[in-house]
Amino acid sequence: MVRSAVTVTIRPASDSSLLVSFGDAISLDAHRQVLRLMHSFAEPPLGIRNLHPAFASVLVDFDPRRRTHEDVESLVRERFAGTSEISRPERRVVEIPVCYGGEFGPDLADVARHTRLSPERVIELHASAEYLVYFLGFSPGFPYLGGMPPELATPRLSAPRKRVPAGSVAIGGAQTGVYPMESPGGWRLIGRTARTLFDPAADPPALLEMGNHVRFVPVKELPR
Amino acid sequence: MNAIRVVRPGFQTSVQDLGRFGHAHQGVSASGAADALALRAANLLVGNAENAAALEMTLVGGAFEFESEAVVALTGSDFAAGLPLWTAVELKAGGVVRCGASQSGARCYLAVRGGIDAPKVLGSASTHLLTGVGGRALRAGDVLPIGEAAVRRPKRGSVAPPQFSRDVLRVTAGPQAEWFGDELYQGCYTVQEESNRMGLRLRGPAIPSPAGMMLTEGVSLGAIQVPPDGQPILLFVEHQTTGGYPKPAAVISADLTRVGQLRPRDTVRFELVTLDQALAWLQEQERWLYSLI
Repeated sequence: MVRSAVTVTIRPASDSSLLVSFGDAISLDAHRQVLRLMHSFAEPPLGIRNLHPAFASVLVDFDPRRRTHEDVESLVRERFAGTSEISRPERRVVEIPVCYGGEFGPDLADVARHTRLSPERVIELHASAEYLVYFLGFSPGFPYLGGMPPELATPRLSAPRKRVPAGSVAIGGAQTGVYPMESPGGWRLIGRTARTLFDPAADPPALLEMGNHVRFVPVKELPR
Repeated sequence: MNAIRVVRPGFQTSVQDLGRFGHAHQGVSASGAADALALRAANLLVGNAENAAALEMTLVGGAFEFESEAVVALTGSDFAAGLPLWTAVELKAGGVVRCGASQSGARCYLAVRGGIDAPKVLGSASTHLLTGVGGRALRAGDVLPIGEAAVRRPKRGSVAPPQFSRDVLRVTAGPQAEWFGDELYQGCYTVQEESNRMGLRLRGPAIPSPAGMMLTEGVSLGAIQVPPDGQPILLFVEHQTTGGYPKPAAVISADLTRVGQLRPRDTVRFELVTLDQALAWLQEQERWLYSLI
């Protein structure tokens, strides 16, 4: 069987890191290659400090006192070639109960106005989709989700809030996400969950893992 | 108990080691000492393993009482403590190290023989101030137990600290270097007040930023990103793990110690070097560090 070759480009991002890219578009295929590379480094060799996955790339951070760019590049190519694509990864769907609107979703009305939908329809659409966790990034436990119905897209706030409560479920442009911890943020808040997305004392600390699927389940109130 | 009591915390003092690695895929950046070279030197001077936890003070230092006899070392910038810097110093039981406002750069490190026995979170005792992973900034009354990280005898006498100017930062090309001209290397950039351990906001001649579409990707410590307003941000130890702004360059590992000592209103220029040069300077710095053993 002939398979299309995977195009991998590797270039230095700093004197202690390499950026491994699988194209420049968000796609399921690129996501699978990112997962494959992450799996190939499940047991990180000495001197590899951190792996930063994203939509179509992985930044490999290494200790320049132990490793060189050439050395890490051949390690990446070797491990990547030696790991088969995960054909049918175990499918994990994580349900996240969300209390939409009211005090927890102060921007639900704005999203409804912008999208010319009723608030009820916004909730229905948001909770009807199954989202793919492309990767966790930006801040601890923050999931980059794909799969939001395009009609829900709403621009970010012109001035970000100084304080967005932990568990806030929000829409920013064509993306949706959950803030794992209190932080500043410019996305539109439509609800809140009581589930903990990041707990440094837990193992693993993050509720979600790249490749997981997420469903938002509307609930009337949040457990205390 | 053998412990340090925080009498006065100073402006922003936290427990730091060399960082929390292996969790970037969960969105957790390494954190760790802003001037890792100074922290490692302080540990080596008191005879600790170089990764032992110590105190990082910022701009204005604190006062710390030692319940029992202790051997300590202050490194980094001069915070007017009245003790010799870059020297292992013996304290009597009840001794207090009183630091004041910085006389030079942004940070001063206080290491104690044995290290600070702070709880490890995800493998590191370092405090990630912005997210609270690993704890918080110290407050008056906090008590920090002293641990067992001593591995050799303290160094006798003082050592000459590494000499460098903070006004030039050497960089290697970043992942989007070809999107940019050489504007980054033309102007002087001033460190803004709203800089912190997450990033240093710089202001100077605007750098034309290709506002083209770029996918969010992993970012490295020391990366210089240019948002659409053209004012660069230098990503530092508590940086976000991924970002979507293009990056013309990244500060070399050997110069991260300088970044950790930059204060608001300091000005810097950038100089482009090769990866081989960056490695040679790092090796030179490591040779100096291990001469302290």
